[in-house]
Amino acid sequence: MHDPSTVVVHDGKFYAYGTGNGLPISISDDGWTWRRAGTLMQALPGGRPGPDVLARGGNNTWAPDVIRSGDKYFVYYSAPGTQPKAAIGLLVGRTLDPSSSDYKWEDGGPVVWSDGVEDSNAIDPGVFRDPTGSLWLTYGSYFGYIRLVELNPKTGKRLYPDRKPINIAINGEASIMIFRDGWFYLLVTHGSCCAGANSSYNIRMGRAKKVMGPFIDNMGIDMLQGGGKLFLGSGGRYVGPGHFGLLDLGDGVQKFSCHYEADLDRGGISVLDIRPLLWRDGWPVAGENFKEGTYQIESARTGTALELAVQGTPVGGLRGRGGRGSAGAGGGTPIPAQDAAQVSANWPSGPIDVRMAPYMLQAQQKWTVTPVANAGGYPGSPYFKITIAGTDHALTATDDQELVVLASFSGRPEQLWRIDQLTDGTYRVMPKATPNSQEPLALSAIGSSTPTLARFTPDSDRQRWLFKTP
Amino acid sequence: MSDRTFLPSLVIVGALAGIIVVAVAHAQGTATARLQRAESRGAPAPSLARPTSPAKAPNAEGFLQRWLVLEPIRVSGQLTDSAVKATVKTEHFPGQLTAIPRDGDTLFVGDTKVAWHAIDSVGYNVNLYHFAYALNKPTSNVLFWVVTIVNAPRELSGVRLAIGSNAASIWWVNGTEVIGIYNDRQTVIDDGVSKRLTLKQGPNVVRAAIVNAGGHTDFCARFLDDQDRPLTGITMSVISPSKTEGSAK
Repeated sequence: MHDPSTVVVHDGKFYAYGTGNGLPISISDDGWTWRRAGTLMQALPGGRPGPDVLARGGNNTWAPDVIRSGDKYFVYYSAPGTQPKAAIGLLVGRTLDPSSSDYKWEDGGPVVWSDGVEDSNAIDPGVFRDPTGSLWLTYGSYFGYIRLVELNPKTGKRLYPDRKPINIAINGEASIMIFRDGWFYLLVTHGSCCAGANSSYNIRMGRAKKVMGPFIDNMGIDMLQGGGKLFLGSGGRYVGPGHFGLLDLGDGVQKFSCHYEADLDRGGISVLDIRPLLWRDGWPVAGENFKEGTYQIESARTGTALELAVQGTPVGGLRGRGGRGSAGAGGGTPIPAQDAAQVSANWPSGPIDVRMAPYMLQAQQKWTVTPVANAGGYPGSPYFKITIAGTDHALTATDDQELVVLASFSGRPEQLWRIDQLTDGTYRVMPKATPNSQEPLALSAIGSSTPTLARFTPDSDRQRWLFKTP
Repeated sequence: MSDRTFLPSLVIVGALAGIIVVAVAHAQGTATARLQRAESRGAPAPSLARPTSPAKAPNAEGFLQRWLVLEPIRVSGQLTDSAVKATVKTEHFPGQLTAIPRDGDTLFVGDTKVAWHAIDSVGYNVNLYHFAYALNKPTSNVLFWVVTIVNAPRELSGVRLAIGSNAASIWWVNGTEVIGIYNDRQTVIDDGVSKRLTLKQGPNVVRAAIVNAGGHTDFCARFLDDQDRPLTGITMSVISPSKTEGSAK
């Protein structure tokens, strides 16, 4: 997928639209596994933009964005001709579900456009609702400015069509705004696209106290003068992130979508990603989706670590520290790390309770987190199994909404775990399903030594966890 | 079997030891008897008082402050999971997991006669060091048994027993083990929390065994409701209508 729209949740499904002939539709049941479902333009007469859009812009269909407003959805899309002559068209519908009997898109005509001469290239729409309910559209691409106009929340068209658009940034494209704690943030994509692993796309940002700016970066430079604090650049196996979109899942869990110009693990194609959105010092920070590995799992509430409820053995066995100033009881010889094979002979063979204790580097406190194939997932990630390192002992939700470790992993939903990074960088850990419970539950530190499952409350540390490399 | 010779209260123990004792204090006009601080071993426990009412509500934070405490039993003081479980599994006296004692009951552990004492704790925690010290009993390498009766006005489901102890401890509610915490540790509020349980309407027996190795020793306990808030709509008593948990319904 290239130039993805904001990912929208509608009737439990996730929807995203991207650049391509007719604006391809992508749908996901869980936010992890996506499928193509035709194009938006298939639902329009002639399968193409309306005549006024074609007249103001052209017959290409790029980089859409989507928002719900009242009982309608508005899709804004780029319809460039010979750039910078371009237009942004509007589609209006009542459902995103192509299988619904109500599924229909109506041409709303061009909303903004650029005539090919002015300092604007009217593509890459980003639509944003401010805290008062007002609707705004940012747009533009390199040639000239990123511009801002206000929209009518009832029609999706410009609220004041006679007013001159406001210039708010330069040197970018794929702009969009978000709001948090009294600040408006303008995120734009800098660099070049569409060259695979040679694309220099990167997402930058500034912030303002007013929706119309000025948007200033972390060094005090106005985005109208090229400023922009880096939000996300290339990294790992991904080159050229661009087209930020906010996915607010509620309960204080925020994600963002983007595409990478090249995913090196998939032959360098352009792909959609959904990642955690963190906040630090008043700025958004791009989080990482959870990576498999072996961790200690520490409660942010208590500082104690999740462990199998078995008697621990000191690493290296019982030994004193030796006299003061001596080389120690071990004579200075390194003590190897403790693994389950060294100490698990006396562990019970059946279900074992889970508890928390000060982290002592012991085998019953080290958990291996592994993605599970073909078990579904959640936005940005597959489900994981959580097992004691070196064993198949699997963390499991019980039918009385507590926790136990079973001797083996069976793949049942109560052994599949969703690990969402929260906005402060800690993690929420939830079973895919809990027997006898319809509501989503999260791993919760109810006391210094006791974990349980409880409904997530975003304002408390009890359900915030740190995954630390042992 | 326990015999029910009415042993002297902590106050009188202190008096017999020949130490300065002031037995009764009046707190803001109430008749609560509070044991006064004294300067030397054998003096009454400064943080404990004799119950003077038939029932006592938890404090504002839900802490259970009325208990029957058995004088300490000497044990090895090993605090690992297995050692504490073995210590508690050992039958030190008949019915240690089922009997409901009354204030003043005495019994023998080996050749040693020990007594149950009803106490109200002044603080949120019960200071077992004060308790034992005041009785000229050992405070290190000891096992304390404690019991209270929690009276629920109605059946309360989804509650949890939340405890902290110095050092290790194992807890039972109505005869079922609900939580254990092990190793050398200090008393931390809500250190160990049971799984969800149900308090039946009427009396419920809460029992604990606390093992100390050396130094300070105390515990705290409260119930949390199904929203993890302190449970306060209950009372504690230490005078049971019968002697066995099975009939305490």
